[in-house]
Amino acid sequence: MAMASLRREGRRFAAPLISSQPITAIRSSLIAEEQAPLGIRSISTQVVRNRMKSVKNIQKITKAMKMVAASKLRAIQTRAENSRGLWQPFTALLGDAPSVDVKKNVIVTISSDKGLCGGINSTSVKISKAMHKLTAGPEKETKYVILGEKAKAQLIRDSKKDIELSITELQKNPLNYTQVSVLADDILKNVEYDALRIIFNKFHSVVSFLPTMSTVLSPEVVEREAESGGKLGDLDSYEIEGGETKGEILQNLAEFQFSCVLFNAVLENACSEQGARMSAMDSSSRNAGEMLDRLTLTYNRTRQASITTELIEIISGASALEG
Amino acid sequence: MIYLSFNKIIIIIIIILCKIFYSIRRRNRQKRVENNIQHPLSPADAPPLPISESADADAAAASSTTITTMFRQASRLLARSINQQPKMMARAFSTDVPATPTVDSTFVESWKKVIPNMEPPKTPLTFMQPRPSTPSTIPSKLTVNFVLPYASELSSKEVDMVIVPATTGQMGVLPGHVPTIAELKPGVLSVHEGNDVTKYFLSSGFAFIHANSVADIIAIEAVPIDQIDQSLVQKGLAEFTQKLSTATTDLEKAEAQIGVDVHSALNSALTG
Repeated sequence: MAMASLRREGRRFAAPLISSQPITAIRSSLIAEEQAPLGIRSISTQVVRNRMKSVKNIQKITKAMKMVAASKLRAIQTRAENSRGLWQPFTALLGDAPSVDVKKNVIVTISSDKGLCGGINSTSVKISKAMHKLTAGPEKETKYVILGEKAKAQLIRDSKKDIELSITELQKNPLNYTQVSVLADDILKNVEYDALRIIFNKFHSVVSFLPTMSTVLSPEVVEREAESGGKLGDLDSYEIEGGETKGEILQNLAEFQFSCVLFNAVLENACSEQGARMSAMDSSSRNAGEMLDRLTLTYNRTRQASITTELIEIISGASALEG
Repeated sequence: MIYLSFNKIIIIIIIILCKIFYSIRRRNRQKRVENNIQHPLSPADAPPLPISESADADAAAASSTTITTMFRQASRLLARSINQQPKMMARAFSTDVPATPTVDSTFVESWKKVIPNMEPPKTPLTFMQPRPSTPSTIPSKLTVNFVLPYASELSSKEVDMVIVPATTGQMGVLPGHVPTIAELKPGVLSVHEGNDVTKYFLSSGFAFIHANSVADIIAIEAVPIDQIDQSLVQKGLAEFTQKLSTATTDLEKAEAQIGVDVHSALNSALTG
């Protein structure tokens, strides 16, 4: 309080008292905090100190966020790895046909709801847009189904009319199969599709996330591909147990495949999100630390310069008095 | 008769089974938890369930999510206490990319033509362990992969025979079985290896038997038979039979019917 009022006084008295150096010297030591506009020789460290405080706070916050992301990653990584066996039988049976040529494509983009997770959402959106371009053509239509806020925000800007369905707040409750199954059911009911392409970031390691695309074909397309030979050619050699017709079984199979693949995809994406957030927050706190170091140097230099200036003034004033 | 999609049927079955299996799992977890750590888990006071105005399945799914979240959380806490830091480090680099990744070349080429600047996304083929090819003679053992959404119960286990509960009845699978796609109903899966027989009660799912004597069984819930509580099964059966008789809408009738089927299957599993 006292300092503040002195500061204010100092500014008012600054101009007329420049000539009397000792008084200026004393006053400058009292008002060393404030940056005076005209000629008072006090160098301020307040600005630098404010910046240092805010950068230190940022460092603390990002370090805490990194710890939180690390613990969440540990929890969800086991589940994602356990769910990896779920889609393999389907790929073993039906093969994988990303280059299948169909009329109605539906691109299911999986992204996160929260930000600060590096570039994974942008990658997913870029690949979705590229797939849209790839599968475009005469008499073909491609629609989006979006899971997660971040992809919605990016895709709504230029592809608003192509978005069929968008789902957010997926991770409010911990992910489990029932919830994803309900979601898959909703999507399948509301969207007409020949091929569903699920785009997500597969968790390869804590620092590497591979954008991946899984394809689920509708039963009609499966039959068509099986008849025409190729990868699905041996599907006819499989006997069907249960159900009345092959078509019914294929329908159930397609639905089941979609919900299993979606479950794995959602878990992997959540894992990637936490990993990306961890590394983003880690680099952010490291940057904050470096910035803090540089600011500390500047602060010390400024402080020492102001002390030196004071000393010079005092000494030169004293020597002038001595004569 | 109402048409229920496959996923919806599975969801209803899981919700019904969860109520039985949850109490079993809670008992097991508590036994193990008491042995390891003192943990204040009280699943009895469930959080208030969010009742939505949408379809029954959604509200039921929400309740099942809270139930399943609770035992998932229990299992997670348990897993965390067991999996200490060294194991986590070992898992930091996942090893499920095989040494020679197979890539779909047509897709990559068509991608590069349209979008030359970006790398094409990976496809599931890249991450798959290649399957053995069909041998000329019938192998002696059947390789079984039994997967659930939250674990791989058996992966590439060599056994003599499995009996799966297909919708058309119990189906035995031996090495050299003709390739089959079988839809499963809730029932007992028994795995025979030598003289050991392990029995699991499955919710529905699918079973694929390939020409190379590899059997993939995909189910949503599986519990070893000895952990099922007889009294709960009887109670559930009585409850659902009563619901079936008092059901009004098609959806309720279908749900009650599914409940009755599941519980009678459980009953026969315990007795048979």
